[in-house]
Amino acid sequence: MSRIDIHNLTKTWGTVTGVDQVSFTVPEKSLTVLLGPSGCGKSTILRLIAGLETVSSGTIRIGDKEITHEDPARRGVSMVFQSYALFPHLSVRENILFGLKVRRVSKARQQERLAEAARMVGLQDLLDRRPSQLSGGQRQRAALARSIVSRRQVCLMDEPLSNLDAKLRAEMRGEIHRLQKEVGLTMIYVTHDQVEAMTMADQVILLNSGRVEQAGPPHALYDRPDTSFAARFLGSPPMNLLMLSSRQAAAALDDFPSDAEMETMHLHQGMVGVRPEHVRIGDTGLPAQIVAADYLGSETIVRIRLDDQILFARTGNKVSSDPEARVHVSWPKAAVCLFDKTGRRLSGDFL
Amino acid sequence: MQLPRKNHVHAWLLLMPAAILLIAFTHYPTVTTVVKSLFSKGTAIRPSQFTGLDNYRMMIEDPVFWKVLGNNLWFALGTIPTSIALAIVMALFVNRALPGRSLVRMAYFTPTILPMIAVANIWLFFYTPDIGLIDQILTAVGISGRNWLGDPATVLPAIMVMTIWKEAGFFMIFYLAAMQNIPPELKEAARLEGAGRWTYFFRVMFPLLMPTTLFVFINAVLNSFKLVDHLFVLTKGGPDNASNLLLYYIFETAFSYFETHYAAALTVVLLVLLAAMALGQFFILDKRVHYR
Repeated sequence: MSRIDIHNLTKTWGTVTGVDQVSFTVPEKSLTVLLGPSGCGKSTILRLIAGLETVSSGTIRIGDKEITHEDPARRGVSMVFQSYALFPHLSVRENILFGLKVRRVSKARQQERLAEAARMVGLQDLLDRRPSQLSGGQRQRAALARSIVSRRQVCLMDEPLSNLDAKLRAEMRGEIHRLQKEVGLTMIYVTHDQVEAMTMADQVILLNSGRVEQAGPPHALYDRPDTSFAARFLGSPPMNLLMLSSRQAAAALDDFPSDAEMETMHLHQGMVGVRPEHVRIGDTGLPAQIVAADYLGSETIVRIRLDDQILFARTGNKVSSDPEARVHVSWPKAAVCLFDKTGRRLSGDFL
Repeated sequence: MQLPRKNHVHAWLLLMPAAILLIAFTHYPTVTTVVKSLFSKGTAIRPSQFTGLDNYRMMIEDPVFWKVLGNNLWFALGTIPTSIALAIVMALFVNRALPGRSLVRMAYFTPTILPMIAVANIWLFFYTPDIGLIDQILTAVGISGRNWLGDPATVLPAIMVMTIWKEAGFFMIFYLAAMQNIPPELKEAARLEGAGRWTYFFRVMFPLLMPTTLFVFINAVLNSFKLVDHLFVLTKGGPDNASNLLLYYIFETAFSYFETHYAAALTVVLLVLLAAMALGQFFILDKRVHYR
């Protein structure tokens, strides 16, 4: 009913292409995150779905209805803006009721829905305030309530948390996720923050210069990035991408490779990718040198020089941050991703 | 806080330039005007005498004063709402992607740049009977022309039209600036909620323009009571005071009839009137204005 199908969506301004042949599907009542660096077209896609920009080519369907060129108000979508877009001269109550009044919903229904939405976001006691009298988090809640009260099944969120401080952001992240599940919204959520993407998404769509780089559940993007771009974008610190000779690549493995795997490695011309948490610092493997160690409490990020390349290792142990310490690094076979020269992951890897 | 003597001197020195100007050209004249309005006109034989409120009593009995005051009220009523409405419409029109937008904006603003006297002369040419632009056009379509500025029935409306033409472009600039300060997401949010253009304008945009409207409104009221240059060129208040306004009447009384004491009394009335209106606008409208 509220499934969203995007097919070959393209948006061009003159000779500039903002969104290039993007296709994806958002299942009903699920949360899809559009993730990517600034300028990758994620907000434009959202605005195309909302109808705030005109589509150059391709189609958008919500449920069984094609809405590519439909009026924004009749698409059945609500939207939360980065700036919240609350009307500054209206009280929170009037802001939430704005859409219902415009659509002439009966007074009784208005009150009923207002009470419900206000309760859900916890704004019952602040309904008579103006937006300027609210804190950032409360404004965000008011914007959410305005979206919920519309009872529209599809909710679009454009970087809703980017104006909040770190603590509030974590809190609102949980709140939005809870509301989405509770109300059963089909949600598209735009962000450049990978933490938001990893924690909330049922599906992440990673975008790069207007194209879909990879789409899938968060763990798939994290464990098996399709491209070197995805490998570098997700994770903090990101995946180590190393240029290694086939001899080095083999020597770095904890577990002994089979003949077939040796052959793959031997023919491999691109980069070897390993997540920092899989890098083991010990006495076997490739000889390397510790450059620095950042102690973060629960973990330590160690920066290691391997020939003239830098790689990160994440470890739970306290590492002697003795600079210049000589160590060996190794990693398990299953953790390795191999990327070819163009940056695409080899389908087989070692698995 | 105790300041050393030297600092006091410094403070006064810094205040002095502004203080001298303000006192010499605002406060001192105001006070002398009020004082003067309480004295009779002095001649060589009879020196000026304190007469109390005699000048004001004379004013109440002066039919020209009441006529001029009435004219001024009609003039304010006729020009202010129209020029404000027109200013909003023009600002809405140029606040969009439009070919030659800056050209249109400039065209709207031109009347404000032109000197008032020049403007009045241009309009004098429009309104001239028979050979004026308006009459020529009217004759071309078969309507006989009339003496626009010479007829008591049409002279005030004729001046009102010209004033609206001049004021609307000026006010448009303020509205345009205010409109460009409204974040575009508000319009998008309203659009998604199903609000059409009218709903958006009346429920969102107009309320957000209220601070500008208050500012423009006060300016417009002051301007309508301050108008003098157009009358000087176009009608000199005539015919039969049909286009005479308060400030021009004061000017005439003071410098044509040399009734300076009576003119002082008129000035005091004008000042009180303007102050009362400005205060009223602030107190009544301010409650309904939302400042961001």
